[in-house]
Amino acid sequence: MKAVCWYGKKDVRIENVPEPKLLTKRDAIVKTSLTAICGSDLHLFHGLIPSMEPGDILGHEFIGEVVEVGTEVPHLKKGDRVVVPFCIACGNCFFCQNGMTALCDNSNPNAAMAEKLYGSSGAGLFGYSHMFGGYAGGQAQYVRVPFADAGPIKVPDSVSDEQALFLSDIFPTGYMAAENCDIQQGDVIAVWGCGPVGQFAIRSAFLLGAERVIAIDNVDMRLCLAQKGGAEPLNYDLPDFDERLRTATGGRGPDACIDAVGLEAHGTAIDAIYDYAKMAVKLETDRTHALRQAIYACRKGGTVSIPGVYGGLVDKFPLGVAFNKGLTLKMGQTDVHRYLSPLLQLVENGKIDPSFVITHRLALEKGAEGYNIFDNAEGCIKVVLRP
Amino acid sequence: MDIIRHKQQVPNVGKVERAASVAAGMLLLGRGLKNKGWTGTAMALLGMEFLRRGITGACHTYQALGINTAGARSGEGASVSVPHGTGIRIDESITINRPRAEVYGFWRNLANVAEFMEYVESVQTLNEGDDRKTRWAVKGPAGKCLEWDAEIVNEKENELIAWRSLDGSEVANAGSVHFKDAPGGRGTEVSLEIMYTPPGGSFGAFAAKLFGDDPAARIRADLKRLKARIEAGVLAGTSGQSAGPKASGDDEKPNHHAYSDAVAKASEESFPASDAPAFTH
Repeated sequence: MKAVCWYGKKDVRIENVPEPKLLTKRDAIVKTSLTAICGSDLHLFHGLIPSMEPGDILGHEFIGEVVEVGTEVPHLKKGDRVVVPFCIACGNCFFCQNGMTALCDNSNPNAAMAEKLYGSSGAGLFGYSHMFGGYAGGQAQYVRVPFADAGPIKVPDSVSDEQALFLSDIFPTGYMAAENCDIQQGDVIAVWGCGPVGQFAIRSAFLLGAERVIAIDNVDMRLCLAQKGGAEPLNYDLPDFDERLRTATGGRGPDACIDAVGLEAHGTAIDAIYDYAKMAVKLETDRTHALRQAIYACRKGGTVSIPGVYGGLVDKFPLGVAFNKGLTLKMGQTDVHRYLSPLLQLVENGKIDPSFVITHRLALEKGAEGYNIFDNAEGCIKVVLRP
Repeated sequence: MDIIRHKQQVPNVGKVERAASVAAGMLLLGRGLKNKGWTGTAMALLGMEFLRRGITGACHTYQALGINTAGARSGEGASVSVPHGTGIRIDESITINRPRAEVYGFWRNLANVAEFMEYVESVQTLNEGDDRKTRWAVKGPAGKCLEWDAEIVNEKENELIAWRSLDGSEVANAGSVHFKDAPGGRGTEVSLEIMYTPPGGSFGAFAAKLFGDDPAARIRADLKRLKARIEAGVLAGTSGQSAGPKASGDDEKPNHHAYSDAVAKASEESFPASDAPAFTH
């Protein structure tokens, strides 16, 4: 079968690989009908995530049809159309049973590797380096889904592939980010990063009762799409960005801030340049320009919600600002499983059509080009690949 | 993990050897004192060490290497597998989200231990009807297969299993596993304590460490496997899964020029895919 494989920095190729087989009785094999490239895949593309090996199959957002099931997957049968969470969860450990499926104890066979870096390991992920389990990813014609009785959700015929695909990752991610803001009546939410996760965070914030949402980015196309979702666009390249944000919130600052940017933040301010410089000499692993801005801007007693992926150690972190303003920081990988059902219902009831983020549709064979297109944020928001 | 060394020396040199050691020591000492200069000093020192070792019967080198030519070890009880103050000790614990009785029951069926302990090949009951005495087959260093017999010396249902290896074991070991309720209904806290004398003594253990062998990490991984086996039923793993070839047949990195053309073309072909966002400023 064909699969998108990683071979090094900015080196992604379509290869012929063996079709997957069932490896345990809780597995299922899914024939992919649609898959997408995620913003976090770009960190792999840029060579920023350690423990990748040449030949690794990428991808963690996919939807498809069940073609084979293990003996302990009672609720799925051949022919079922399912969308699969990007984090793999056993369903039975303390974390899974308490809704924190992204922190599953049992789904990362390489937990010791992650523990060296992070102290504890979270769940295994599809297609995201050996430190996170080394599972073959979903940018392929077929995917082996472990713990298939605990993960995939069946998709009704009334919902198309393009509408359901993003339940795998970015829609729950944006939604959880907004939920973590603990939105109260009258709240103004500011979202840094208008990529796909930011776009979903904006719409989710409104669904959760936000009064206003301010969308922050510097790419016109992304600000426009945010505006279509009801947000007020604010370009961070404009002079006096901080003052504009403060004025826009009556001098208070946003009640909650969402950092949907993550470790590869862009910027031209002095702290951003500092980050670039330190990263170049490997003294820093993550760039936190957007996160710093969010902490500075947030109103006292507010919340900074961080769905953006961070991996390592950062420098010049305004902890004093956060402390003195009494901020709450909430962060982490998305517990996709507990959002699948409620969000699917929103889609079924027409409250939201997640396919709005798609700007590029390519054949799986053009996967390498897809990565390059997505890497150039100016012209692209979301790339989907059809096997 | 601790590598515990004897603080008090126990005789480990045989009688005949001790006599020979004393003789050699006196000879070396005599020669060394006659010989002025560095060689002489070295001989004298070596001679003194041989004398000491012969007189006390306790050799540091032998102890580090786990060698004992003294026959029956004195000063230790007959029912001790790992003498006090020697060996490697490992303490690890893990919490398993299942009731105590279930976790204890799984472990008490000792054949199951081979399932979650990586280096244990098999555990078999020695006598039909008495599951307290078992034969263990274990993968040792350098792939050597080690075997020994062990017995359960103490057990409390759903609380404790304590065992020791029987005399004559290749690798003397003893230990206990405790089962306790985790707070707040979180399941069972399993605490494992193992003491063993590795092949090669404490020097062998130290050398193995230099080569990356980490028994504590292995036991931690074993306990993780136990947890996954009981909680999830199957072990998460990827061996046997698909992957691309390690070295792509196309060894040349894609040509970037040709690439950007292809990108532009693919981009035009597919975009805009949804309603074009209205570009307003």
